[in-house]
Order: sequence, then C-alpha cells, then structure tokens
Amino acid sequence: MAHFSTLSRRACLTSTVAAATLGLIPAAWSSARAQGAAAGPIKIGVLHSLSGTMAISETTLKDVMLMLIEDQNKKGGVLGRKLEAVVVDPASNWPLFAEKARQLITVDKVAAVFGCWTSVSRKSVLPVFEELNSILYYPVQYEGEESSRNVFYTGAAPNQQAIPAVDYLMTEEKVQRWVLAGTDYVYPRTTNKILEAYLRSKGVASADIMINYTPFGQSDWQNIVAQIKQFGSAGKKTAVVSTINGDANVPFYKELGNQGIKATDIPVVAFSVGEEELAGVDTKPLVGHLAAWNYFESVNTPANKTFINEWHAFTKNPKRTTNDPMEAHYIGFNMWVKAVQKAGTTQPDKVIDAMIGVTVPNLTGGYAAMMPNHHITKPVLIGEIRADGQFNVVWQTPGTVVANEWSPYLEGSRDLIADWRSPLSCGNFNVVSGKCGGASK
Amino acid sequence: MKHVLCIVALLIMVAAAPAFAQDDPFAGLASENFDDVSSAVAALALSGNKQADATITALRDDALYVGANGAAYIHAGDAWIDARTGEKAADVNEDDLNPVRVNNAVRRAVEAALGSLNLFSATPEARARAAEEVFTSRNPAALPALTHALAQEKDARVRRVMAQARAAVQLAGSDASERDRLAAVAVIAARGDLEARNLLASLSNEPPAVRAAVHAALGTIDRSQEAWEVAQDIFYGLSLGSVLLLAAAGLAITFGVMGVINMAHGEMVMLGAYTTFVVQGTMGRIAPGYSGWSLPVAVPLAFVVAGAIGIAIERCLIRFLYGRPLETLLATWGLSLVLQQAVRSIFGAANRQVATPAWMSGATQWGGLTITWNRLVIILFAALVMAALMAALRYTPLGLRMRAVTQNRRMAAAMGIRAPWIDALTFGLGSGVAGMAGVALSQIDNVSPNLGQGYIIDSFMVVVFGGVGNLWGTVVSAMTLGIINKFLEPFAGAVLGKILVLVLLIMFIQRKPRGLFPLKGRAAEA
Repeated sequence: MAHFSTLSRRACLTSTVAAATLGLIPAAWSSARAQGAAAGPIKIGVLHSLSGTMAISETTLKDVMLMLIEDQNKKGGVLGRKLEAVVVDPASNWPLFAEKARQLITVDKVAAVFGCWTSVSRKSVLPVFEELNSILYYPVQYEGEESSRNVFYTGAAPNQQAIPAVDYLMTEEKVQRWVLAGTDYVYPRTTNKILEAYLRSKGVASADIMINYTPFGQSDWQNIVAQIKQFGSAGKKTAVVSTINGDANVPFYKELGNQGIKATDIPVVAFSVGEEELAGVDTKPLVGHLAAWNYFESVNTPANKTFINEWHAFTKNPKRTTNDPMEAHYIGFNMWVKAVQKAGTTQPDKVIDAMIGVTVPNLTGGYAAMMPNHHITKPVLIGEIRADGQFNVVWQTPGTVVANEWSPYLEGSRDLIADWRSPLSCGNFNVVSGKCGGASK
Repeated sequence: MKHVLCIVALLIMVAAAPAFAQDDPFAGLASENFDDVSSAVAALALSGNKQADATITALRDDALYVGANGAAYIHAGDAWIDARTGEKAADVNEDDLNPVRVNNAVRRAVEAALGSLNLFSATPEARARAAEEVFTSRNPAALPALTHALAQEKDARVRRVMAQARAAVQLAGSDASERDRLAAVAVIAARGDLEARNLLASLSNEPPAVRAAVHAALGTIDRSQEAWEVAQDIFYGLSLGSVLLLAAAGLAITFGVMGVINMAHGEMVMLGAYTTFVVQGTMGRIAPGYSGWSLPVAVPLAFVVAGAIGIAIERCLIRFLYGRPLETLLATWGLSLVLQQAVRSIFGAANRQVATPAWMSGATQWGGLTITWNRLVIILFAALVMAALMAALRYTPLGLRMRAVTQNRRMAAAMGIRAPWIDALTFGLGSGVAGMAGVALSQIDNVSPNLGQGYIIDSFMVVVFGGVGNLWGTVVSAMTLGIINKFLEPFAGAVLGKILVLVLLIMFIQRKPRGLFPLKGRAAEA
C-alpha cells in the first residue's frame, strides 16, 4: 500500500499547490466583486462529504441545508433576494476540503459556507477561510481549544457535552472508576485529556482511570471489552466514557452485548453516537446506555415536532431520523439569516460583527445566543438508549450553558479567552500576560 | 403448593417492611422523579399484591403506562389491562397515557424486585436467574424470602446460587455477625469470578478477621483470573486468527498458488457480505420463520456469486496480464474501486445491517473463560472452509489439475489439460472462498462498500508470512499473527499492538523472505 499513499499524497500536493496559486489572484478581487454582484440570488456553500467514510453522517447535513434554504426561499429569501445552495463533495478527503472551500469562496462567490464534520477537515479549511475572509458554520461537537474570527461553532464545546455527562455519572450513577475509550485522533485525545484533568481535579485517583485508544474502523473488540469488564470488578461503580467515532461503534456495542455487560452494571456514555448512528443497529442489548447531546429527536416540543414533520416531508421518508448536528445547522442558518438582515448586507466583515449577540430559538424549547467567542449557548441533555433506537432524556441542565472554547482544565489554555468584539477582537487573549496570541490557532 | 409458598414468602417480606404496605404502591409509578418510581417498584414488590409480578415484568418490557389520576395499564398486544386488577380495561384513551419513566436506577430496582419475586418460580432456570439478580442487587429486603427459598430448594445448582446471593446480601448489610460474615466471604470466594471479585473488593469497614479473609480471597481470585486470562487471550487470538485465515484463504489460492497480485480480493469478501445481506432480506420476505437459517443459505450463494465474478474478472482482465505483476496490481486495484463504487451505487453508501441469528448471540461461560458464540462459530467455520479447500485441492480431479498447472504449466498443457480454463477456475475458487469469508465477516464487522479494504493488507500479510503457495503455512501464520496480536494488545494498546506486529513481521521477512514454510523443489525455484 506504501506505493499508493505516496502516489496520492503527491497528487494531492500538486493539486493543492495549483489550487493555491490559482486562488491567489481571485482572492485579491473577491471582496470587491462580492459587492458588485448585488443582483441575483445569494449563494450559500454546502461543504459536506457525500462519499467516502464520513458520507454516512454528512449526507444528512447536506440534505438539511437544502431543506432550510428551500424554506427560507418560501418565506421570500433574505434581503429580498433568493438563496441558492452550492453543493460540493469533498469526499472525506481532508486536503480536498481546503480546495473545495477555496472554490466555493473564489469561484462561486458564496456568502457563507455551512460544512465540515471531523476536526481534521475543519483544521484543513481554517486557513482558507481566514485568508479569503469568508464565513464557516461548523455544526459538530468538537474538542474546543480554537476560536477563529471566520468560524462560528454551532456544535458543543467539551463543557457543553463531555463535562456535564461526567457530572451526571458521578452524581446520579455514583461512578468512581472511569474508562475513557476513544478512536485515535485529535477530538478523542483532546477531550480525554480535558476529562482526565477534570476527573483528577475531582479527586479521582489515576489508578481509577483507564484510557484506551483504537484505530478508526476497529472491529475486534474482544479483549478491550474483557479488559473493561475486569477493570470494572474492583468493587467500585465503573462507567465507560466513549469518544469512539464512526461505524466502529457497531461492533463495540455488539461485543458489549455478547459479553453480557449491561447498562445497569457498567453504563457507556457516548459523545458521537446519535440517532443516525443507531439506525440499523439492533438496540435491544443497548437499552440504558447513555449519550450526551444538546438535542434528541425524542424531545417533545412544538418546534421540534414541526422540524421533524418538515424533514419527513422534504426527504419524502417518514423514517428519516433527525440528530444533534442537524439542529446545529438549523440554529446556525437561522442566525446567519438574522445577522444578514441586521447588517443589511452579506459582506463577511459586517455579518461577522452582526452575528455576535444574535439569538434564535433552538428545537428543545429554549434559545441559542451567539457569544463573543463565536460559540453558542446550549442546553445539555443526557439520554438513555431505548429499544426503538431513540433516546429517552433522563437529565438536562436547568438552563443553557456557555461554551468554554479554551478549557480551564488544560495547562496553557487555562488563561486564554476569545472575544471577537472590538476593541479586543482576539481568539486567544491571555488574561495573565494581557496579550493576544495573534492569529487563531 | 407453589402459591402457598409464595404467599408465605410475601407475608414474611411484608412483615419486614410494614411501612410500605399501607400506601397504594401503584401511585408512585406515575411520578416524573426516577427515585419515586424506583421506590414504588420496591414497595410494590414487597406489598404482596398479586399483580406485583405482572406489573413489574411489564415495566421491564416497556409495556407499563400511566394515565391521569394514577391509573396504570399494561399494554399487552392491542389490549390494555388495568395493572391494579389484572382485568381488561375498556375505553382507554391512549392519548392520555404515558410510558412509566425509566432510567438505569429504575431498571436496577426492577431487576432487584423481580429477583425477589421469582425465587419461588416453577422452573429451576428462573429461580437461578432470580437468585443471580438478588446477588447483583444485594437487596436486603430479599433476605427473608431467600432464606426461605434456600431451605426448601432441591436443585443443587440453584441452591449454590442462592447461597451465594444470601452471602452477598449478608455482606451488604451490617447486621450479620462476624462468624456469618466470614462464612459469607468463603461462599463468595468459592464463586471465584469477576462479579465475586467486585463484591469482595467493594467491602469496607470490616472487622480485621473478615478483612484478612477478604484479602486472601481476592488474592486467590486474582491468581486464578490471571491463569484464565492467558487461556482467554489464546481464544481471542484464535478467533482473530480465524478471521484473518478466512480473509486470507482465498488469497492463498489466487496469490499463493497462482501468483496473481489481486488487490480486488477484499472486494470479493465485501460481495460475500452483501450477498448475506440480500439473502437475509429475501428470506425475511418469503420465509419469515426461517431467518435463523439465512447464514447457512448465504454461504453457498456467496461462494457462487463471488466465484462467478472472480471467473469473469480472470477471463476479462487478468489473463491478459499474466507475468506482469505491476500491471496486474494496478488493474486489480482499479477494479477494486470500480466494484466498491458499483456496490455504493446499488446499495447506497450507508452501512447495511446484517442481523445476527439468535444462535450466534451471547456467550457461554466455561470456567473462567467467556466464549462468545459468534466467535466460536467463526472459528469452526474457518476450520471447515480450510478443510474443504484442502480436500478439494488434494482429492478432486479439478484440484489435481490445478496443482499440475501451477507446478508446471507447459507439461500440464502437454498432457491435455486446458491450462487457461484451469486458471479461470482456480481464480474463481479463490474468489468464492473470499465470498464465503464475507458471510462470516458480516457478523462481526460493518457491511459497507469499504469492508474489503480493511482486510486486504492483513490478507497479504498472512499469506506472505506463512509462505507463498502453502495452505498449511497460511493456517499457521494466521493463527500466530492472531495470537501475537491479542497478547500484545493488553500491554501495548490496539494501535501500538498493530504497529509492533508489523515491525516483527518486517524483521522476520528480512531474515526469511520466503515466509514460515517456503515451498521447496524445482517448482519453487522457477
């Protein structure tokens, strides 16, 4: 296989270089041209993988964007102009995300882009959005430790998902021993680092924390599950905090069921398993295992009912599930519409400034506000898996939670804050030294 | 007789908890608060109400609903049964009903309650399960019933579980005397499994004598667990090895025997898995009662489908590329992409769910070994496939011709064997075996268009390590790699474990480029 990876890497490299040089010239014009093209529809970029490993999750987000745009057009569009979606397929290929983003901004002249799922794809497009000064709405829960002027994070930061979930287990299930199991890449590693620091700060001994990483697509969980079982036999209530991503979850939960680990003995709380991932899995042995999100399809509010009905009508499939990142796009899109109306233009600088403070209803019966750190306020919900593949909300935060984009539990990020209002206008301002760290990280 | 005993036991339990018996135990079920529901379940179990068992069982099965002003109904089929009276309820307005709110704490309360209620069940299995539930829940309220049940239990196995459950309850409470506690620790220690270890390790504030006994018992359990762990790792290794073997068996024919570098081999496995999916869907429609048989039916079909496609590939593509390994590699790699995209276009990009039949779910305990049925079935299936494959090569006329052609093509052709046709059949055989592997893999991995990609590297690794052209070598190498991998994993982690295996393999190939069992003789030199 070595041959192929070098081949494809080189191919990628040349194409990226070519794209970069091509991109340089239009970049200079782009802002001037964006104003000139006042007539005609406003274009919105949709940057989600429609093929490759992430297609399972991301295709749904493309569909929900099309639905939201169609809806808005029925209401008369924005600023008296219709909206038009420009859909591209970055094919789960991280460098291709950057190329496609550049194409959307410079060639298609989109006003904003809604896209990305994995953190690595976001990291790949970040420099493009900053260089060309455009806007990205990122809808997925992530590890934090980032705040860019050009990105609005509508998914959860760790303190809006992971930390409340751990708190729930600690108080409600009286958990004292922790298995942090994750897929081996940046999101689980950073999240687990934060969780470990958090647990240690709560007085959990390091002997009571077990950390385990597995590659993407792991299918043989036999001795990892056996290890968890053994780790759970030390006389203390044990739980698994899972940042396992993608379809590796299916054999993982299967093995749990086969080895007879029940949720009443060792509960598993997952941060990346939603309704979409459970569709097509036999959930009967999984009943009672938990997930922490900011939205569940089973939430019983009028706004959610309307949203689900619209979704079923749009997809012409009464069984299509909804999930948390879809709600994030719903919130992000409505916020963009409001900000554009407030700014009276789609010009990125004006919209970015207008975004802060915009408040729109979420689907769980509350409101989401865009904070100066470019993250939104969210309620945190803990759900238990039901036999029908849906979640039963067993706990939720009384109000909404403001995101800590820089974790207070990590060395180096403890003193940082992000505030994009002028005059501070900085993504990583160090409150101790009083200096801005410069370009966002 | 059974009813009398039941009532006796319930009376004992009622006496133990008189406070609960006064209130209406059904009222708490309608609460929004999980703690209230849990205590309602516990109270109901102790109330002696004859509907308690049915109601709590319904709650376990998500069939218990509450309506306005505290009415509780059991949903049975299409009918609604009043939980309080056990009689059919007329004119129930379904819109007013909500399922009883359940979380893990409520589920634990339900298990504990059913444990104490079923101790007098008619079947020994149910009694043993009930005692097991008391063991895990350590519900002190179950102690009187348990003592009573133990006194009149005849089945030795159930007696043992009940004694363990009683010991667990005694240790959980603080009433038992030091002598009783010591005896209880001995009973639990004799059980010797992880649950027993968990229970003993959770004890605190014990008198010194008991503490010493617990410490000794933990040491004994840990030592025996360590020994079992080695056996368990060997089982895991064999299981991983059999998966590798299944994936590599087909390649051992196409690459090992024929020398074709077939990068589309993984896709043959994937096609086998999709065949299973189609067979299961079709059988679900035309013969819903026989869904457990879908896998045995899928095996020959997967062989035929993948084999036929393999023959087509050989005839249309590979036969023009014999002796040009680089071109073969590129062409088959391109072909693998074509096949993946074809499957994606037909079945969609999303994973397809292949159900696991009941006889392959769950696990059996054998001493300290946990043997999961699906893995055991796959080990046996791999052995069967290898045996069939070797027999086919050794004893059938086709096998004889295959060996003749691969050993000396021109001589075989001179003897009247149609070598090109044999090539196609050999390639078809290898592909068909890969298809059968796909049936097995559909049970443990995700059925997606990318399924094959994950196995192609491993398959080449196994074949090269075992010695190209040697089926026994493939068997030994698959098992060796599987076991090494599983022994490394607990220490090094899954990621590093894989890297270590690869490094070891590279070092081995450096020293012995022809693998574990190199072919000898003139055919090998050619």
